[in-house]
Amino acid sequence: MDTQAPIRRAGRATPYLFLAPYLVLFGVFVVLPGLYGLWISLHDWDFLLPRKPWVGLRNYQNLFSPESRDFGDFWQSMKATGLFTLFSVPFLVVVPLTVALLLNREFPGRTFFRAVFFAPYVLGVAVVGVLWRFLLDPNIGLINNMLSASFPWTTDLPWAWVSLVGMTVWWTLGFNAIIFLAGLQDISRELYDAAKVDGANRWQQFLHVTLPGLKPVLLLVLTMTILGSANMFGQSYLVTRGAPANETRTAIMFIADTGLRTFRMGNAAAMSYVLALALLVVSAFNFRLLRHEDM
Amino acid sequence: MSATPARSLQRLSFYVLLALLTWIFVAPLLWMLSTSLKTNPDATRQPPSWIPHPVTTEAYVPLVSMESETPVLLWFFNSLVAATANALLVVATSVLAAYALARLEFAGRRVLFGLIIGTLFIPTFVFLIPNFLIVSSLGWLDSLWALIVPGAGSAFGVFFMRQFFATLPRELEDAALLEGANQWQIFLRIILPLSRPGIATLSVLSFLTNYNDFIWPVYVLFSPRNFTLPPGLSILQGAYTTNYPVIMAGGVVASIPAILLFILAQRHVIEGVSRSGLKG
Repeated sequence: MDTQAPIRRAGRATPYLFLAPYLVLFGVFVVLPGLYGLWISLHDWDFLLPRKPWVGLRNYQNLFSPESRDFGDFWQSMKATGLFTLFSVPFLVVVPLTVALLLNREFPGRTFFRAVFFAPYVLGVAVVGVLWRFLLDPNIGLINNMLSASFPWTTDLPWAWVSLVGMTVWWTLGFNAIIFLAGLQDISRELYDAAKVDGANRWQQFLHVTLPGLKPVLLLVLTMTILGSANMFGQSYLVTRGAPANETRTAIMFIADTGLRTFRMGNAAAMSYVLALALLVVSAFNFRLLRHEDM
Repeated sequence: MSATPARSLQRLSFYVLLALLTWIFVAPLLWMLSTSLKTNPDATRQPPSWIPHPVTTEAYVPLVSMESETPVLLWFFNSLVAATANALLVVATSVLAAYALARLEFAGRRVLFGLIIGTLFIPTFVFLIPNFLIVSSLGWLDSLWALIVPGAGSAFGVFFMRQFFATLPRELEDAALLEGANQWQIFLRIILPLSRPGIATLSVLSFLTNYNDFIWPVYVLFSPRNFTLPPGLSILQGAYTTNYPVIMAGGVVASIPAILLFILAQRHVIEGVSRSGLKG
């Protein structure tokens, strides 16, 4: 109890002084934009025009009425984001988990391989994008050359999706693998020993020890990966450029173009919130689903 | 210690699988490096060759000229300035705030921490449009300020440092408090020196995040002289659509700091990622 007294005697303002620099930035660039964006979405907000008339919920209504200007393009881009998430997430979870299981064994050089698989992740999407644009070039790209084929990797479906998912797996695999690896190492060896005594084979050990032990990590990785995939922008922008016919133009890309290229910011802000709401629902659903299985 | 044939076969296939995976991860990067050292005809010659013939650095020449339309060296410099300044700000503000959240009692502590963590789950693009307007009204469009300041209030940074501080034993400060040290002295003389690994990790992660950021600089920087590498690479791709050695050379230049930093801080970065991921 003695040691508590001096803490209380410390100035009441002290904690807030420690927090102040952070809170100023957090307030101006996180909290304020959150609210400001809502305000913008309720206006016909053209950055370049002096008047920004209040339109209430019209920007939102427009997104749901087929005759409005953005309806087709917006839902097309939402569909592209949804498809990318749907195609990429299973690979971004299963492949890193497999790699983590490989690296979880004791063998010489493990640290080296861990670093190799993580390395592409430290490169930015800009480097990864221009590199894969070249590798996937239908005419002179290395990939078609090695396959002695002429797949239209960047210009036609379904190849464009295969390219975008494939390069994303290559780029980000290491991140999820490292988190899985840490999760695997937290699972007690005794559980495996007990399973072996009960005569469980490798597959049964995986099902009954590894997977249940990884559940919290799995939930985290799944949620982060879905959020990440829904944020996809650079890959489409640099590699497929939305081709063919905007089929791979993602929601972020369309929102950024609407708001920051044609400066119709009210519409773009409304789109952001619709997309964010959709993601919140998906995340909540994730948590609920995986929590329930715990019972 | 002699292994059974089945076991050695299993071990062999394990190493073959690893080697294959390693090749998949390394080959694209080697191809980027190899192409950057080729002449343009050599880069598109069929069948492709892994060894440049002849080896030339001519693709790097248009990148280093300051008069060029695509001044990669200038972008490189801009990137380093922005990412370093941003990382310093992130570390300074996160460390201070995280100390208060981890170690000091004050009204609203839990609520505040919850609020900060909550924003980790909000996709960043929600703030793209309003942040653009805020940065515009601050007069920071088309300048490095737009890359340095807005991302400095990092929820991840606070969360990460708080987790780190929580692992330090309380007894350390109790002793100092009894000797009459104040919170600021405890923070500076006891907590900070013990937190060097955490601070190093956060610095590297913040630097890399900022250095690699793409969408934000693409829209807030307009004039090529103010670009950082990520938007720069995208216009490089547009300017040299048929000259792959130049584009790949740009990629190599942009990769160097990230790869170097990763090699130097590899253990910390990987440890930091797994630790921060797990305690989410």
